[in-house]
Amino acid sequence: MKVLKGIEVSIAAADAAKLARVEVIAAYPITPQTHIVEHLAELVANGELDASYINVESEHSAMSACCGSSAAGARTFTSTSSQGMELMHEILFIASAMRLPIVMAAVNRALSAPLSIWGDHGDVMASRDTGWIMLFCENGQEVVDSTILAFRIAEDRRVLLPVMVNLDGFSLSHVIEPIDFPTQKEVDEFLPAYDPLYTLHPDKPVTMGAYGMPEIYTEAKYAQETALVNSKVVIKEVLAEYGKKFGRNYNIVESYNTENADVVFVALGAIGENIKTAIDTLKEQGKEAGLVSLRLFRPFPVDEVASALGNKKRVVVIERVMPAGAPNGPLFQELSAVALARGFKGELTNYIVGLGGRDVLPQDFEAVFEEISSGNPAIPHDGKNFRVIGVRA
Amino acid sequence: MRLKSLQLYTEDPAEEFAVSGHRACQGCAEILALRLALKVFGKDTILCMATGCMEIISTPLPTTAWTLPWIHVAFENAASVASGVEAGIKILMDKGKIAKKDIHVVAIAGDGGTSDIGLQALSGALERGHKFTYICVDNEAYMNTGIQRSSSTPYGAMTTTSPPGKKSIGQATWKKNMPEIVAAHNVPYVATACPSYPFDLFAKVKKAKMVQGPSYLHVLSVCPTGWRIPSNQAIEYGKLAVRTGMFPLYEIEDGICRVTYSPEPLRPVTEYLKGQGRYRHLTEESTSLIQERITSEWEQLKYRCTVK
Repeated sequence: MKVLKGIEVSIAAADAAKLARVEVIAAYPITPQTHIVEHLAELVANGELDASYINVESEHSAMSACCGSSAAGARTFTSTSSQGMELMHEILFIASAMRLPIVMAAVNRALSAPLSIWGDHGDVMASRDTGWIMLFCENGQEVVDSTILAFRIAEDRRVLLPVMVNLDGFSLSHVIEPIDFPTQKEVDEFLPAYDPLYTLHPDKPVTMGAYGMPEIYTEAKYAQETALVNSKVVIKEVLAEYGKKFGRNYNIVESYNTENADVVFVALGAIGENIKTAIDTLKEQGKEAGLVSLRLFRPFPVDEVASALGNKKRVVVIERVMPAGAPNGPLFQELSAVALARGFKGELTNYIVGLGGRDVLPQDFEAVFEEISSGNPAIPHDGKNFRVIGVRA
Repeated sequence: MRLKSLQLYTEDPAEEFAVSGHRACQGCAEILALRLALKVFGKDTILCMATGCMEIISTPLPTTAWTLPWIHVAFENAASVASGVEAGIKILMDKGKIAKKDIHVVAIAGDGGTSDIGLQALSGALERGHKFTYICVDNEAYMNTGIQRSSSTPYGAMTTTSPPGKKSIGQATWKKNMPEIVAAHNVPYVATACPSYPFDLFAKVKKAKMVQGPSYLHVLSVCPTGWRIPSNQAIEYGKLAVRTGMFPLYEIEDGICRVTYSPEPLRPVTEYLKGQGRYRHLTEESTSLIQERITSEWEQLKYRCTVK
């Protein structure tokens, strides 16, 4: 019989990293990621995890040290949030371009100013083009599973790219959930020891991170882009194998009740669960709404999203980041690009919600549904192409 | 010391780890310093380099001038990358995944990558006590980006961002004392060196390598291009820097300071300043200001090194 363990999701994420037998952790504390690295420090201190824990002096150095340890051939893990991710920003690009399979738990949090420790997607959206594979989690179970399978994806010889496992700050990281943990034996079978292609070792010297003149830079970046785009195939394979082994089947794009729904929400992360609750309530009232949740954000699953949206009439893109002068939020823009490229004819609407930890309730999504299905789409609003839910005058 | 280092040099004088094919300027003392240093570090060394002259000179893809494992990540993080490499190598050895071996990790950065943008990462790595050597190759400006000033640029020097003019002397602040900043971290070994004094350099590299913990070498790397001197004068200007007291050679071992080459009586700084295009604009007044400061710093160093 399956035994679920009630545990805080942050602690569970750290336990998942332990199950993945991480060898080096370089981390700097920042709320709301702290419980992850604290628990890992504890595990190392108690000898429960045989790893080297580097207490770096900043996130910039955290990611730099991760590059060093990964290049040395050690399975490497870190975690960050918000300003920390921005301080890492420069090195995020380098980690992916150097093809270092680091895994990072990104506990998503709003960016300053004003200073906010609470959750939204300001941090990850500012880092979305750093060349990392980006997974998003709706719940604690997904966080545990994603952390483990992230290493399988990252270290696959066809991929060799870093993977960011995104979980919402507080609303996911700090809740206690019942989680089904795989055993160490099962994880070991699924995730063999990291077998790097090249390492920094005097017995076989290699040069890593050389500089590229115009004659070679384009080709290097093209190769990286190709690897990132092609990683989708591997990600699907790994998810399928994970499902087979552990009984939890994940898709890179998940559809919930979309079959008969004309109004379909598209969202990333834990807010999907609130949307699902709203969808269930609406269903009881005989109204059909659906959700397309993106488990994979980079590489962007263009075909899968297009096929999930099919011929839906109305698509409501929900995102937790202010567009910053852009016509729409980043997810909306990506969906618009998919629509253009794949001939999606439905109407796209953009809602910004839950900034800086602002509560968003299932009722809010019920209201959005009513607004959209009344044929009175919320746009334009204050001359903008998106609406911000709950903004006070 | 000289005798000891001479023995050291005869151990394997021929082995080279910075090989031909690099694109350093003629007379570059930086590549010379590293070439000499690596002879002592030897084969079992991993290099972690900051962005800068040396990285551009030595590794245009797909070529490399290093026969040692080498990694470059960014400008400000050579010390953090080295921290990760050291930790990674160590845990893999502890777990028996790679054979146990005495592998030394060396971080290399210029004066900008050390005293300005890389200072925090360096401080962190020193404080954490990683077993590695950090070499600052100090050519006293941001040379390969176009000779801009760093906090290691000496007072009065002309750079493109500290140009002398009607209202400016050139660099208006005094050279940041990196070796003392490092020494304040209580690391086991800190030394200054200059490739114009190769045996002194060898001896210090050997000590740095033997230290169980962080060690730091601050190496004056004469830059003919940036200093506006003929390329065949690099060794000579390195000597003059030492003999005038502009760049004293000393080491701090477990907190005990020792001058490793005493050039007394000091030559006047004008001998060093004249002939360098970067100091061409200096007046007699500013030259004497420099002399005063250098004499005083030398006295302070001597005091620190002799009073036990």
